[in-house]
Amino acid sequence: MPDTGQTALLDRAGLDALVAALTADGRTVVGPTVRDGAVVLAELDGADALPWGWGTELEAGRYRLVRRDDGAAFAHTSGPQSWKSFLHPQREKLWDVDRDAAGELTVCPARNEPPSYAFLGVRPCDLRAIAIQDRVLAGGHFRDDGYAERRSGAFLIAAECTEPGATCFCVSMGSGPAAEAGFDLALTELIDTGGHRFLVRAGSAEGARILDRVPSEKGDTTTSDAARSAVDAARDRMGRAMPPMDLRALLGASPEAERWDDVAARCLTCGNCTMVCPTCFCTTTEEVTDLTGDHAERWQRWDSCFDLDFSYLHGGPVRASARSRYRQWLTHKLSTWHDQFDSTGCVGCGRCITWCPVGIDITEEVNALAEEARS
Amino acid sequence: MAAVPTLAVFKLASCDGCQLTLLDCEDELLALAGRVRIAHFLEASSAVQPGPYDLSLVEGSITTPADAERIRAIRSASRRLVTIGACATAGGIQALRNFADVEEFRRTVYARPDYIDTLATSTPVSAHVDVDFELRGCPIDRRQLLEVVTAFLADRRPDVPDHSVCFECKRRGTVCVTVAHGTPCLGPVTHAGCGALCPAYGRGCYGCFGPSGSVNLPALIPVLQRDGLDDRDTERLLSTFNVAAFAAHDREPRP
Repeated sequence: MPDTGQTALLDRAGLDALVAALTADGRTVVGPTVRDGAVVLAELDGADALPWGWGTELEAGRYRLVRRDDGAAFAHTSGPQSWKSFLHPQREKLWDVDRDAAGELTVCPARNEPPSYAFLGVRPCDLRAIAIQDRVLAGGHFRDDGYAERRSGAFLIAAECTEPGATCFCVSMGSGPAAEAGFDLALTELIDTGGHRFLVRAGSAEGARILDRVPSEKGDTTTSDAARSAVDAARDRMGRAMPPMDLRALLGASPEAERWDDVAARCLTCGNCTMVCPTCFCTTTEEVTDLTGDHAERWQRWDSCFDLDFSYLHGGPVRASARSRYRQWLTHKLSTWHDQFDSTGCVGCGRCITWCPVGIDITEEVNALAEEARS
Repeated sequence: MAAVPTLAVFKLASCDGCQLTLLDCEDELLALAGRVRIAHFLEASSAVQPGPYDLSLVEGSITTPADAERIRAIRSASRRLVTIGACATAGGIQALRNFADVEEFRRTVYARPDYIDTLATSTPVSAHVDVDFELRGCPIDRRQLLEVVTAFLADRRPDVPDHSVCFECKRRGTVCVTVAHGTPCLGPVTHAGCGALCPAYGRGCYGCFGPSGSVNLPALIPVLQRDGLDDRDTERLLSTFNVAAFAAHDREPRP
């Protein structure tokens, strides 16, 4: 999607008008909102539901909401969900099959009208994650039709990062904090002597059309410059970093590293890292029959390489140890993902660090592997 | 299986809650009754038909010499034997006796201890006879019970994953009570199946489905203790309905 170069300034009322315009178009607007002590993603009925005045304090294995005096709407970092919860839902019916009295089978694909989503507040790291899932789920020979339909109708409003968290490392993965492509609109939140406002850039014709319908002021170079410097400042405030090296080669050369034993002793194999990862895409299928035996359904649901059943072949799981499962996850994410999908599978959002109950830190593990490889 | 398969439900040392789950399948009960002949289910009917039974559901643990005999008879009368609930699959809360002196209980609690004929341990059914499938939980989950019965009727493997409760929290969209609230939670080491009920209401998991297929207590215990449990609290949390199953896992890292 080309950057159309069109910019505008919205205030809080303008943001609300934007949500209203998208809703009027029949879109389901999804964005960040506060629930149960976290900023979660949920359907928004207006901009008022955004987490105004809430920030987040993160550490490995720890997430806390904190009040902010500036009233910012987008000063929080990655919560427990990602947009895959909507584009690649945790459970989805694929088809039904019925057997009639004569024993004839009728298969009926389960195709519901996909919702027309508008995502408000997509971080640049998550824009990258969506682009990765596009390649995985819609780009190859084995297309996930449900994903492709939901994705092609989705309208993406990015929110550039001005408040990175302690577990963020998008800069070292080359995926943030600025939104460069892959959005319909991109917001940068500014709170300074000029007031609380959002600089909006249109990244697609559809984005420009929507923007035209929302009351706004014209963007000016002073505001654009302020937005640039806020995002540039965020670049220097990343909490973490991957080592500046070829991670694909490092992981490819580390299958026998001793570090895997170290991390396996700490790993719960609970699967949280894969569930919160915005690019992890693995699913399994469940075959459901009813009590009559004449009706069956096939469902797809999220799976995880931390589940023993994930590698279950005749006689048992191939990856029975925690060591082999953690190694599989990290090696796929950073190395063999390149072989499969021509990119890394990590965008540096930090969710796997924050939401790991025991605080295993992907950057710390990779740095340790790098250290071990050097020695 | 026969044209109309027979279903039997048996109870050993238990509270009846798991077999009650079958009666709780209100919407599906008529369909089930149309699909199987309920041949032995004392909680539902005193009409008992003799075996053999195509599918037997057994709740409760083995705590007496009589039950140790009885489970052999049930096994020999059952084509398929499925154990349901923490008692039948792990010995239940009454397996606390495995770690105490039963003789002392007997002398202290009963006026006539000689009337009490009990074993020193409470053990799962699988410790006595071969079991075709074990369904976990205290009590079991209604949907999982239907899945198991349906699967056995269709001669397929039940879809009952043995991963952690965390899978269910994340799939359900529940905010992690440990990471976001600092609440001690056994979810990362507990078998899924309940649909992550407690964390959905802001409570930590207390492990009523027993250990998952992949448990690392030495990694979790420091997190429980960071969040306020002392050694005694930790031991109590791990010593409830699946005490014997959790006791089989190391608490400390292996040297």
